[in-house]
Amino acid sequence: MKTLKIFLVIFLLMGFSQQKFNGNDNELKNKILKNIRCLICQGQSVYDSESDFAFSIKLIVNEKIKEGMSEDQVYKFLREKYGDWIIYAPKLNKNTYVLWLLPLLLFLAGGAIINKNLIFKK
Amino acid sequence: MKNKLSLFVVIIFLSFCFVIFYKGLNKPNTYTPKTSIEKNLPIFKAKDFSSNISIDSVNIFAEESYYIVNIWASWCVPCRKEHSFLMELNKNKSIKLIGLNYRDNLNNAKKFIYELGNPYTQILIDLDGTLSVEFGAYGVPETFLIDKNKKIIKKFVGPINKKIVEEIKLAVK
Repeated sequence: MKTLKIFLVIFLLMGFSQQKFNGNDNELKNKILKNIRCLICQGQSVYDSESDFAFSIKLIVNEKIKEGMSEDQVYKFLREKYGDWIIYAPKLNKNTYVLWLLPLLLFLAGGAIINKNLIFKK
Repeated sequence: MKNKLSLFVVIIFLSFCFVIFYKGLNKPNTYTPKTSIEKNLPIFKAKDFSSNISIDSVNIFAEESYYIVNIWASWCVPCRKEHSFLMELNKNKSIKLIGLNYRDNLNNAKKFIYELGNPYTQILIDLDGTLSVEFGAYGVPETFLIDKNKKIIKKFVGPINKKIVEEIKLAVK
């Protein structure tokens, strides 16, 4: 009876850890799918789309996660196939310097103007 | 003097923003694939259309020859339109045509080939569309030209036509 109880506890723990593992995988999959653009839809991510293309991408992402690929590796794989356009958050490169740095410049310029005006008021 | 300088800086800044946004407006907001970038041939396993046996891509592209991979489906209307051009390409001895049957009903696909002729050396089955993703395709029909070094050298989105056939013939000469 005692052995049976031990086995039962081990079995339950194994089931729980497996469930947790699957849950983590699902979370990662959804996170990636929400960041991939559906190339044949207007303004939809692959996660939201029901198109044939989205269906295939969902299968591929699932397969790549099961193979042990990290989030960045999945993005790299898709970038190699379709270019930067497929990912919603573009990488910092010569084509996206303005996109990434303009808000920062605006913020700094705004800060400088406010600072200058406050100093003048004083 | 100071005011003039501030005005000048503001005008330069606004002009800069205007140019950026104007350029952004003129850019198409849809995916436009790059058609002439060299890419390595993906490594994959696929089922053969007639025998249903799984084959490695290394064995499919084993010969030192130019290959054309054409993604098609029996339900795709433009595929019917381009089929005669594929039949024409099939006559060229320096090219081997590989068909990729995309998300199709196999009986309908067999009828399609029976009705219009078979231009392909080999047809592979892509039931869930994942094989097409390996090639970087996002629809049907799409055609890829592969050189003797097993590099994808050209991609044609949409049905091929007389002009594309001539372009392919020139590339494989």
